[in-house]
Amino acid sequence: MKIEVIGSGCKKCKALFELAKEVFPELGINDEVIYSNDINKIVLMGIMQSPVLTINDKPVLVGMLPNKERLKEIIIKYI
Amino acid sequence: MFYPIQLLADWLTYSIFNITPKTLLADTINFFIFDTIKIFILIIIVIFLISIIRSYLPPEKIRAILSRKNKYVGNILASLLGIITPFCSCSAIPLFLGFVQAGVPLGTTFSFLIASPMINEVALVLLLGLFGWKIALMYIVSGLIISILSGIIIGKMKVENLVEPFVYGNLINGNRNLPSMSGKERINYAKDYTLDILKKVWIYVLIGIGIGAWIHGYLPADFLVQYAGSDKWYVVPLAVLIGIPLYSNAAGVIPLVSALTEKGVSMGTTLAFMMSVTALSLPEFMILKKVMKIKLIIIFVSIVTIGIIFTGYLFNLIL
Repeated sequence: MKIEVIGSGCKKCKALFELAKEVFPELGINDEVIYSNDINKIVLMGIMQSPVLTINDKPVLVGMLPNKERLKEIIIKYI
Repeated sequence: MFYPIQLLADWLTYSIFNITPKTLLADTINFFIFDTIKIFILIIIVIFLISIIRSYLPPEKIRAILSRKNKYVGNILASLLGIITPFCSCSAIPLFLGFVQAGVPLGTTFSFLIASPMINEVALVLLLGLFGWKIALMYIVSGLIISILSGIIIGKMKVENLVEPFVYGNLINGNRNLPSMSGKERINYAKDYTLDILKKVWIYVLIGIGIGAWIHGYLPADFLVQYAGSDKWYVVPLAVLIGIPLYSNAAGVIPLVSALTEKGVSMGTTLAFMMSVTALSLPEFMILKKVMKIKLIIIFVSIVTIGIIFTGYLFNLIL
């Protein structure tokens, strides 16, 4: 599975990256979480907020930093 | 509307803390408790409601609305939609690129970029709670007029050549690709967002109201009239200047300003100061440097600044 956090490099984006690295293994998913600050990727997806979490290039979380529990709910919904 | 809170504040001040009524200390403490409870209740209600609305109108949908509108309607809609969108430095660049690449005119984009931070929800709550709905409305309307007119002026100046060329590199057909949200998820989103804001601002609100309460109780009523009354021409530009470095701290600044207004700072000056705090933010300008030339940032800042100063003088004259 390709897991990516794309952000503009702001605090919120890095926090989401750290949280994602923590949460995926807890859900038994050991694929690497990649961080990218290529804003063009976000824009080309038609999205205008940052950070974005994508699973297999599909955006699942946009423009916010959820708490751990909420992030798990979102990930479970999409895998 | 706030009567039960006043009763609670009275009960806490006089019965629980046992402070003798009608003393300076009692007034100050009472004022502090009343304002604090009122503001926190308003923050929870207003921000929760705005978040719910926003979950239906994310920037991507706003773009779809704006790219279909003609120029002037676009400026007006962009400014209105800017109200419900909080300005986050994380999203400034994707927002700008997303608008421009989908064919939203530059002037319309600027209207949005000005309204979004200037008319922000926290500032709105504090204005409503501390100054009343009339002043809050005046703030919104003048903020809207500034962002609409500034956008129209920038649009007329044909400054597309001052945007970094790569911005126009790929033109996209604003197709939306957003994860969908169920009703429960919207409520969760609004709940989380409201809590986030509370966590972020509570300390500033408390400090602001605290100092405000002290000013309210201990400074004489006309203390500032001789320095900051409406007859002093230099006060408005000075207030705007002081406001620039206080960006993103509307939460602490507005309670303070409300107390100063009580002591003789005129309303136009107060409004201009608050607009300067919210709309003119150095970090935002630094970020925008990635997508536009400094000359365009200077044009943008100058137009907004002139608009704010003009608003200050206008309200000093008519209020």
